[in-house]
Amino acid sequence: MSAVEQQAGARGSGRALAIAGGIGRFLLIAATTYLGLLAVTFFIGRVIPIDPVLAVLGDRAPESVVERTRREMGLDLPLIEQFWIYIKAALNGDFGTSVLTTNPVMADIRRVFPATIELATVGTLIGTVLGIPLGVLAAVKRGSLADQFVRVVGLVGYSVPIFWLALLALVLFYAKLQWVAFPGRIDIVYQYTFTPVTGFYLLDSALQGQWDVFWDVFRHIVLPGALLGYFSLAYISRMTRSFMLNELSQEYVVAARAKGLSETRIIWGHALRNAAVPMVTVIALSYAGLLEGSVLTETVFSWPGIGLYITDSLQNADMNAVLGGTIVIGSVFIAINLFSDLLYKLLDPRTKVR
Amino acid sequence: MMMEKIALRSRMWLAGAALSAFVAASPAFAVTPADTLVEGFAIDDIISVDPAEAFELSTAEVTGNTYDLLIRIDLNDTSKVKGDLAESWTISDDGLVYTFKLKPGLKFASGNPITAADVAYSFERVVKLDLSPAFIINQFGITGDNVAEKAKAVDDTTFQFTVDKSYAPSFVLNCLSSTVGSVVDSKLVKEHAVAVTPDADHKWDNDFGNGWMKTGYAGSGPFKLREWKANEAVVMERNDNYWGEKPKLARVIYRHMKESSAQRLALQAGDIDVARNLEPNDLNAIADNKDLATVSAPKGTVWYISLNQKNEKLAKPEVRQAFKYLVDYDALGSTILKGIGEIHQTFLPKGDLGELDENPFKLDVAKAKELLEKAGLKDGFSVTMDVRNGQPTTAMAESIQQTAAQAGVKIEIIPGDGKQTLTKYRARNHDIYIGQWGQDYFDPNSNAQTFVSNPDNSDDGKTKTLAWRNAWDIPELTKQTEAALLEKDTAKRAAMYQELQKKALEESPFVIIHQQLEVAGLRANLKDFKLGPSFDTNFVSQVSKE
Repeated sequence: MSAVEQQAGARGSGRALAIAGGIGRFLLIAATTYLGLLAVTFFIGRVIPIDPVLAVLGDRAPESVVERTRREMGLDLPLIEQFWIYIKAALNGDFGTSVLTTNPVMADIRRVFPATIELATVGTLIGTVLGIPLGVLAAVKRGSLADQFVRVVGLVGYSVPIFWLALLALVLFYAKLQWVAFPGRIDIVYQYTFTPVTGFYLLDSALQGQWDVFWDVFRHIVLPGALLGYFSLAYISRMTRSFMLNELSQEYVVAARAKGLSETRIIWGHALRNAAVPMVTVIALSYAGLLEGSVLTETVFSWPGIGLYITDSLQNADMNAVLGGTIVIGSVFIAINLFSDLLYKLLDPRTKVR
Repeated sequence: MMMEKIALRSRMWLAGAALSAFVAASPAFAVTPADTLVEGFAIDDIISVDPAEAFELSTAEVTGNTYDLLIRIDLNDTSKVKGDLAESWTISDDGLVYTFKLKPGLKFASGNPITAADVAYSFERVVKLDLSPAFIINQFGITGDNVAEKAKAVDDTTFQFTVDKSYAPSFVLNCLSSTVGSVVDSKLVKEHAVAVTPDADHKWDNDFGNGWMKTGYAGSGPFKLREWKANEAVVMERNDNYWGEKPKLARVIYRHMKESSAQRLALQAGDIDVARNLEPNDLNAIADNKDLATVSAPKGTVWYISLNQKNEKLAKPEVRQAFKYLVDYDALGSTILKGIGEIHQTFLPKGDLGELDENPFKLDVAKAKELLEKAGLKDGFSVTMDVRNGQPTTAMAESIQQTAAQAGVKIEIIPGDGKQTLTKYRARNHDIYIGQWGQDYFDPNSNAQTFVSNPDNSDDGKTKTLAWRNAWDIPELTKQTEAALLEKDTAKRAAMYQELQKKALEESPFVIIHQQLEVAGLRANLKDFKLGPSFDTNFVSQVSKE
């Protein structure tokens, strides 16, 4: 909940802090965090006891080739010099070339990231649309059967390993019932007839009016999307429930009831509106969590996103790709955090005028 | 209140109806297109599809199906070769000059004619690029400076290859049958060559099309490579210009799938025709399914544990022998390795010239104890073993840990990522290493050279063979390995390798355990799907669907 704490700190720092100034300060924080991220990933990448040349050449290359490649990769330079070269390149958006794909890492990421974003978006949509009403329901009917149900759903989502649930879901919905499609994002039949533009297949196929492709893409995304959605739902409903409980015990609710407002109006019109402010952070964090946390889901579903990209790279000790991927995800995480903080400020009237 | 309940019920009914509509709308059983073979395959090891650069197992299969060679391993008798693009060949009396005559009227997939000049250029770029597999050609004394003379076109259909010593012809021919000898379309490759500035590491003014060939294609095999998308798919299409029998299917797609269980599900559902990376539990699970079948073939890969001779306890000859009695081969063969490996204790895999089918060792704790006592280690000792994560490595290591403990040898397992244990192994910092070795080319010299040859045991030795990695200093065996290379009589040559293997059984720090079986699960409607004796002979052109 660091974002929430940060927010609390920001709120306390006084009325003089205008939104514009806030943005500046956040950018500064972002820049420092980003530099720290670069340094940490670089040094982790260099201290792990794996010879990077091995990743490029495999175990069977003759010694002369190994030596030459070591020079070509600049690994014979002092560590600090390597870091300097790395930083300079990274600030230009150049994370080197992936050993595995032979493409520049940034080009790879541009290719795989939309797959992850699309999946995470579907997951978060499901999680939000279902999670908030469930959370509200649980809070309003506190202690009831519905509440217990929501809490169990939340607990299971919190504790069950995702890959296990994913495999189970595959066995049921794909292997047994044949309701959904697998593996990957799209059937091979379409793989060579469909040209994506934005990289978001649902959007692309709809824009091009290729409804059979859209249906196929939908059948591919629905299961991993629903699974991520479930995990997002578990988190969002749990948080909604606790925010709502907090709001419902406030004096303004008592006042509203005394005034004779309808219960629906109190819950949806007043309590939820107030709870919505911290919910923004929760949803944003959940979204960011799905972006970086989809590694296992992507592996199980052979989903060609950034999670699978990093996993494959890691298993092949393709450090450029791993570092590049980590930094991109880290940056997006930072950006989403900052964005939600800003949004928080806009939504919460108290941060404007005090 | 009552009304609410009814409303709720009708809403639930509506939801149910929507759900069944969804079920009804979903298509029936999935099938792959009738003219396309779809394989689920972990292809993340592919880093380049240029035959001059590729040295990975998945790539070997792609290259084997999309490129032609001068000569190929004869699948009916893998200790021999047969002509591919070459119609015939002769060897000069001094054993130095190999002359190949090409078949007439050959064409590349691009439509360009195949000439001896293409063959010469293929060798030139391999040698001058000097990438991972180049040593297979370089070892005949060929360098960038003399390749123009040593591998040259005499006329349009005659190619001459000159070696520096009077090697065993079987050795030279076997090496030329490896994927590095693939013939590329010189016209096409030259069009894509990029100028580079020469430096100490690369003395030439262009990249021989390597930049383009990493993902490009310039071959003449039964299939042409349409596309390789890293970590997604490899797509091959029928090459209508192929000189031999044309493939039955129009298209083959290798779809990257990492997980064994996911491959199994997709195979069962019919979304893929072949699953290539099934683990034993998934193989068991499909055993009873009548719509599915499995095929397997022994590959030229042996699994072993090795004892670092820098550790003075492990360096004692009796200790080396004792370890060979401390592996429960029978139990491993019937459980962990069932279906994926065959017990095999000699360093040449089955199918090689000079293979020795002898498995003298069995689990014998009493014998091992006796040997340890002779070595002055009656009470046993402690030692570490570096084990890469994953199966069957971990299960094998645990089994050996148990049986060794019975003789008082306490093995501490250090788990690690594959590349991590390998880094340590290559630096000779291990005690015991467990791993596999796949031969580089289909000739006994490949494994002999690494298991029983170590020209320079110093830490900065230039030839870092497996014997070197385990600091096993063997001047005598090294000489014998070199002598076997020059033996022209094939039968005598085979006998020399058998001799080397017997010595290795007696003395070496290698406890060789099994030879890998490659296994695939497939849909029963596939006809003639076979796995070959090596990764570059997993041909798919004969496959059809019923």
